[in-house]
Amino acid sequence: MGTKTMTATQALSDALIQEMDRDPMVYLAGEDLWGGGNGGVFGVTEAAYKRFGPERVKDTPISETAILGSAVGAAMAGLRPVVEIMFVDFIGVCFDELMNQAAKLRYMTGGKVRIPLVVRACDGAGFSAAAQHSQSLEALFAHIPGLKTVIPSTPADAKGLLAAAIRDDNPVVFLEHKTLYAMEGEVPEGEYVLPLGKAEIKRPGTDVTIVTWSAMVHRALAAAEQLAGEGVAAEVIDLRSLVPLDRKAILESVAKTHRLVIVHEAVGTAGFGAEVAALVAHEGFDLLDAPICRVTAPDSPVPFSPVLEGAYIPSAEKIRDAVMSLN
Amino acid sequence: MKTETKARKAAPTDVDKSRLVEMYTMMVRIREFEERMSDLFLAGKLPGFLHPYIGEEAVAVGVMTALRVDDYITSTHRGHGHLLAKGGDAGKMMAELYGKATGYCHGKGGSMHIADPDLGILGANGIVGAGIPLAVGAALASQYKHEDTVAVSFFGDGASNRGTFHEALNLAALWSLPVVFVCENNLYGEWTCQEQAMKLCDIAGRATGYGIPGAAVDGNDVEAVFAAASEAVARARAGDGPTLIECLTWRHGPHDIGDPMRYRDQAEHEAWLEKDPIPRCGREIVDRGYATQSDLDRIVAAARAEMAEAAELGEAGAPPSEEDVLTDVYSG
Repeated sequence: MGTKTMTATQALSDALIQEMDRDPMVYLAGEDLWGGGNGGVFGVTEAAYKRFGPERVKDTPISETAILGSAVGAAMAGLRPVVEIMFVDFIGVCFDELMNQAAKLRYMTGGKVRIPLVVRACDGAGFSAAAQHSQSLEALFAHIPGLKTVIPSTPADAKGLLAAAIRDDNPVVFLEHKTLYAMEGEVPEGEYVLPLGKAEIKRPGTDVTIVTWSAMVHRALAAAEQLAGEGVAAEVIDLRSLVPLDRKAILESVAKTHRLVIVHEAVGTAGFGAEVAALVAHEGFDLLDAPICRVTAPDSPVPFSPVLEGAYIPSAEKIRDAVMSLN
Repeated sequence: MKTETKARKAAPTDVDKSRLVEMYTMMVRIREFEERMSDLFLAGKLPGFLHPYIGEEAVAVGVMTALRVDDYITSTHRGHGHLLAKGGDAGKMMAELYGKATGYCHGKGGSMHIADPDLGILGANGIVGAGIPLAVGAALASQYKHEDTVAVSFFGDGASNRGTFHEALNLAALWSLPVVFVCENNLYGEWTCQEQAMKLCDIAGRATGYGIPGAAVDGNDVEAVFAAASEAVARARAGDGPTLIECLTWRHGPHDIGDPMRYRDQAEHEAWLEKDPIPRCGREIVDRGYATQSDLDRIVAAARAEMAEAAELGEAGAPPSEEDVLTDVYSG
C-alpha cells in the first residue's frame, strides 16, 4: 500500500472509518459531530456520519457528563465508544466520569470490567481562542493511573495512533492539536495501526536530545534545522504517547547525546516535562553532561491577543536558545 | 391456637404466594447481612466506611424481582441490598468487606465498588450520582445491539440534585433508552434532610420536565415497588423509553456506621420504624395464609445462619499480596 498526501482531519476521519468498518461495536458520540450538515467542529466526523448514519455517529446535547458517563456504561456493557469532547478545556465538566469512573472501575472491581473507550479532544493554542479553549492538559491525564494518554504530531501518526487507541481495551485520552487538523503529510493508505507507547525519532542527531510532542515537534524540528546550520546536530524525539511512556527511547537517546531539552506547549510547572526530567535525572544521571532544560509555556492561562499568545507559545527560537545555553 | 386467615380485599399489587415469600426471604437476607456486617464493623473487624441499607430492603427487592439476570443495574455507596437482591454472593461480599483476595474485587475496591457483570451488576459507586449516566450507557448498549435488556439506575434523593441526574434523564428520554431510574428517597442526603436540599420536594414530578412518566410509590411496600417497577421495565423493554420511580422509604441506621445522627428527629424516626418493610410483608404473608409465623421465623433463622457463615468465610479468606497493588490498572 502506498501513501497519500492528506490533512490530519482526513487521516483521523480515515482511522475512524477504518475502525468502524472493522468492529461494529465502535460508535461515535459528541456535540455537533454531524451538526445538521456542518460535519463536526473540525470536520473529523463528517465522512463517518455520511457512511454510518446517526445510529453509529450520535450527535448529543451539550451534556459532557452524560456523554462520557454513558460511554463508560456502554463500554462496560460491550460497546467501544469513541466520544468527542469538543475542546479539551471542557474536560472539567465531566472530570469525574474520566478520573473516578473510566480510569478506576476496572481496578476497583478487581478486573471484572474493562472500559474500551476513546476520548478525543482538540487542544492547544494558536487560534486566539483564549484561555478556556486553548489549553494543553495532557499532564492532568498522565497523572491518573488507568488512563492512557496519546498525542500525535503528524497526520500519519494521527491515523495510526487513533486506530490503536480504538483497538485498545483501556480508556484512552486522544489529544489532537488544533494546528494539526489542517497540516498536510504523507499518510499510509489502507489499514494502518501504530503501537501505543512507542516514541519516534523524528530527526536523528548526536549533540542534544530534544524530547517533545504534539505541535511542538514541528517547532523543535525547525529549531533543529537552525541548529544544524550552527553545527549542532539535535535529535528530536516525538513521544507520541505519554502513558504508556517510551522510557527506553528517551534514555537511549540521552546515552548518545548527553544533553536533554524537553519542549512542551503546556504550562511549565507540573507539566509532563517534569516527569521526563525526573526520569532522566534519576535513571540517566551519569549520561548527562549538562543540566536538563525545559522549554514550556509560562505559568499563566493562555492569553487572547495574538501578540500575547505568540509570546506564550514556545518558539523555535526559544528552543534553539535553550539548546545553545547548555554548555 | 387456631390461626384464622383474615378476610381482606385483594389489592391490584398483590403477588402470588411463592413470589411474596421469595421477596420476604430476600429482604430478610439483606437485613441479616447488613446487621452482621454492622456488628463486625463495630467490633473493629472491617476497615473503611460502610453504609447500611437497613430499612430500604423493599426497594431493592421490589425492583430486582421485576428484572432478569441479564438486565443491568448501577448502584450507590449504599449498595449491599442491590447486590444481594440481584443475586450477589454473600460470602464474596463479606470477603470484600474484609479486604481479602477472595472478595468480589480481590480486596481492590471494598464496599462501594463491588461489581459482578455476569449478574448485570455494573457496580456500587462511591461518587453520589455517578451511576445514573452509567446505567444510561448500559441501556444505550442494549438499544445499539438490538437486545431487549433493561438497565436500572438506583440513586438517592441527594443524587437527584446532581447534574448527572439532569443530563442522564434528558439524554435517556431524548434517545428513548431502555432505562428505569429508581430514586430511593429516604428523606436524607447524608445528614441533610430533603427539605433543606431542594425547593420543591417532589422528585417524581421532575420526570415531567424530561417528558417521561414519573411515579411516586411507597418504598416500604415491596409489592407496590414491584408493581411500579414491572410497569416501567415493561415499557423500557418494549422500546417506549425511560421512567422515573421515586420510592419513599427510610434509612433505619446511620449514613455510615459511626455517624452520630444528631440530625435525626426521634419522633419521625419512630414513626418510620413502624413502617418497617419486613414485618409489614410478614404480616401480609400470614394474613393471606401464605405461610405461618413459624415459617417466617425459620426464614430469618436460616438467613442469620447464612450470613454468619458468610462472615466466617470472609474472615478466613486469604489477604491479597503486595503485588496486587499493581494488577488490573490496565486491561491487557
